[in-house]
Amino acid sequence: MNNPQLDKNGELQHLLTIDGLPRAMINHIMDTAASFLNLAEREVKKVPLLRGKAIFNLFFEPSTRTRTTFEIAAKKLSADVINLNIDASSASKGETLLDTVDNLTAMQADMFVVRHAQSGAAHFIARHVAPHIHVVNAGDGRHAHPTQGLLDMFTIRHYKQEFHNLRVAIVGDVLHSRVARSQIHALTTLGVPEVRVIAPKTLLPSGVEHMGVHVYHDMKPGLKDVDVIIMLRLQNERMRGALLPSAQEYFKYYGLTVDKLALANPGAIVMHPGPMNRGVEIDSDVADGVQSVILSQVTFGIAVRMAVMSILVGGHA
Amino acid sequence: MTQLPDAEQLALDLAHRIGLYLSEPGRAASCALVGIHTGGAWLAERLQQALGGDLPLGALDVSFYRDDFQRIGLHPETKPSRIPFEVEGCHIILIDDVLNTGRTVRAAMNYLFDYGRPASISLAVMIDRGGRELPVAARFVGAAIDLERSRNIQLERGADGRLSLSLKEAV
Amino acid sequence: MNIHIRNARLIDPKNQLDGRHDIYIAAGRIAAIDAMPDGFRADRTLDADGLVACPGLIDLSARLREPGYEYMATLESEMIAAVAGGVTSLVCPPDTDPPLDEPGLVEMLKHRAKGLNQAHVYPLGALTQKLEGLRITEMAELRDAGCIGFSQADAPLVDTQVLWRAMQYAATFDFTVWLRPQDAYLAKGGVAHDGEVATRLGLPAIPASAETIALATIIALARDTGARIHLCRLSTRTGVELVRAAKAEGLPVTCDIAIHHAHLSEMDIGYFDANCHLVPPLRSRRDRDALRQGLLDGAVDAICSDHAPVDDDAKLLPFGEAEAGATGLELLLPLTLKWARDMGLPLSAAIARITTQPARILGLDSGHLSPGQPADLCLFDPERYWKVEPRTLKSSGKNTPFNGVELQGRVRCTLVDGQVVYEGA
Repeated sequence: MNNPQLDKNGELQHLLTIDGLPRAMINHIMDTAASFLNLAEREVKKVPLLRGKAIFNLFFEPSTRTRTTFEIAAKKLSADVINLNIDASSASKGETLLDTVDNLTAMQADMFVVRHAQSGAAHFIARHVAPHIHVVNAGDGRHAHPTQGLLDMFTIRHYKQEFHNLRVAIVGDVLHSRVARSQIHALTTLGVPEVRVIAPKTLLPSGVEHMGVHVYHDMKPGLKDVDVIIMLRLQNERMRGALLPSAQEYFKYYGLTVDKLALANPGAIVMHPGPMNRGVEIDSDVADGVQSVILSQVTFGIAVRMAVMSILVGGHA
Repeated sequence: MTQLPDAEQLALDLAHRIGLYLSEPGRAASCALVGIHTGGAWLAERLQQALGGDLPLGALDVSFYRDDFQRIGLHPETKPSRIPFEVEGCHIILIDDVLNTGRTVRAAMNYLFDYGRPASISLAVMIDRGGRELPVAARFVGAAIDLERSRNIQLERGADGRLSLSLKEAV
Repeated sequence: MNIHIRNARLIDPKNQLDGRHDIYIAAGRIAAIDAMPDGFRADRTLDADGLVACPGLIDLSARLREPGYEYMATLESEMIAAVAGGVTSLVCPPDTDPPLDEPGLVEMLKHRAKGLNQAHVYPLGALTQKLEGLRITEMAELRDAGCIGFSQADAPLVDTQVLWRAMQYAATFDFTVWLRPQDAYLAKGGVAHDGEVATRLGLPAIPASAETIALATIIALARDTGARIHLCRLSTRTGVELVRAAKAEGLPVTCDIAIHHAHLSEMDIGYFDANCHLVPPLRSRRDRDALRQGLLDGAVDAICSDHAPVDDDAKLLPFGEAEAGATGLELLLPLTLKWARDMGLPLSAAIARITTQPARILGLDSGHLSPGQPADLCLFDPERYWKVEPRTLKSSGKNTPFNGVELQGRVRCTLVDGQVVYEGA
């Protein structure tokens, strides 16, 4: 089966998922992101790489944060950005997903940044767009959020330099998390020797160990000797549907407090893809503490998205 | 095959002529050197040394401003660009190792203008090999060399810091 | 019309025939095998050299989409697809719109089908009114209108007391209850098998236990009520074992699998191929292998197409939103032949599972070519390769996981009641 992310020359045509991306490509994206980082110090914080290109943000699921970061990244590359928020009601007014995509193609789009509630939506759109259009998956259902995974890896590289000697723990609702899946693929591809998931059984998908992770249900052994702790957001609706009894019990056993953090290695960094539920998965003292790198994740997110967009649009020698 | 000139000697020649330019009244106080990575940055360092060591020195990587991005993409290892002086109102001496089509210089000028409005930009190059595709001219030229399109001339810096020129087949 | 078929390799599993035989057809029936009847003059002679002649295929599940879903497919298109696939009898589930819960609807469907003069249609009646799972239907009246059994199709029947009563009522008249074992709650929201692939792709999942729990419930109630049960579209290894045990106990239980589950697994979903969005979901390779083995050793009685034509638009959506189902009538023969080849079995083993076995499940004296039987036959070229493509399919449903795949086994001619209803290359 042809990897739909690559064009016929094996170059990256779309970014849909980290699953199947070669390690060299992940490193290339991170290296490129590093070169975009120091733009912030210049007077003119833009570069003309994507001037004249039209990037359409197709958000079928609302999200101000992610959409704004993509918009900022695109504008820093001098691209034109058009935002489309297509909520359920306008979609149900009859226009199919493919019709929407076709109409936008006719409006001379060069790139679609897509967020959708269905797993596989970005793959679906990529399969049907005209050959010159690039698709960036900004989150599809539970499946993947590759730019988040990449910026998380960039963050880890920034603070820890190497991957080959790390222990990383991902804590929380892995079952519903596209971020967690992307992180797991990235960490294993980059050669992190020990990737752990820590969660109650109700929040872990079947056979998750086949993705290359060690499963823990108890934070005490789970966080021991860990260098990087990634906290996942717990959504309120998990309390309905018999997955969890209450936020209080969850926080007591799976929330990251200063005491729990002390179980990890002394220099461990704390990450969170955001937005945080303070007091549910993470304590404010930790979120605002010295080991937290959560804010830098946001900064790195812009550079990483600039890198992804440039690599997709740029030709190849 | 013509013998290639000695790069160190060319650098000294350039420094001498730039020095004359700088000696005009009031000029030196508002001048700065900017080298284009990588060969131009090496040359700029050498020139700064030869000119007394106190001229402001900057370096820039034009990767994000090249006009062939659509064709050949981004090189991931961009060198960090540093402009540690005020561009506004400055007489900038832009320095590169080899001048060919003129596109790199065009990109470098765009880059500088993103920082502010210089009073003037003068171009200093070690080798002008011709083949201009844009209206770009160097004020200070070390040597002019005619080369077949199939060959490139390259500046190198040894472990001891010595500059030298060499010929390579074009890719 | 008198028809003489010569040079065919006649495979009739029930009569244990597999060899070169002449077939003589008169007045819509098999007049004789081998020995030409006295005074027989053929109006038409079919030279079946290189072809296999077998009883017309009996498909235990083919959705015709009428009434109510004509935008997906119509009786006309699907009946043509059936005979193009060598199917001369088919069972259609009751989940039409409105569902087949009234005798009038069943009569109308049977009448329309008969008028097209193609395959025999055996409708299943709804087990409960509107398939809602609350009140039982007039099963006896529906049987009189032509229903050969009663089913919930894919609609859940959650109230086990209703299920129990429905089975008791059916058992009163010795009607067969056709049930797809799926626990509604465990399957809720799921679109793929709860395994490695769904975990990796982030697809809401249906655990195997959704089937096994439902099977255990149905088998226990069958034991209590004595009802005859046909279990539709098994998909799990454990499910096969449960059925095997129930049969060993002597319970009147039969089961079938669909062609897709005999060959495909969750791995075939690949990059979210919506053609693999099926009900029940494609499960693990171990499950698939158990189904294939079960069909061999008899724990699984028959294989069917589970034909469910879907319009293109409904498949052109992200995996979870795409309508479940695949076209299958024209793939029943080649995919059953492939199963037999893969398992090292002779052609007759394949043919038995789509002729004699389904006939036994339906309680019909059909699926064989004994003299006196209605002449329902399929002539096919077992060697011929053909590519599955929208333009080679007669069904309105062009969506199948086998799109673009080359299969071996091509129907050349189909006869129903002694009339040639399909001829193709």
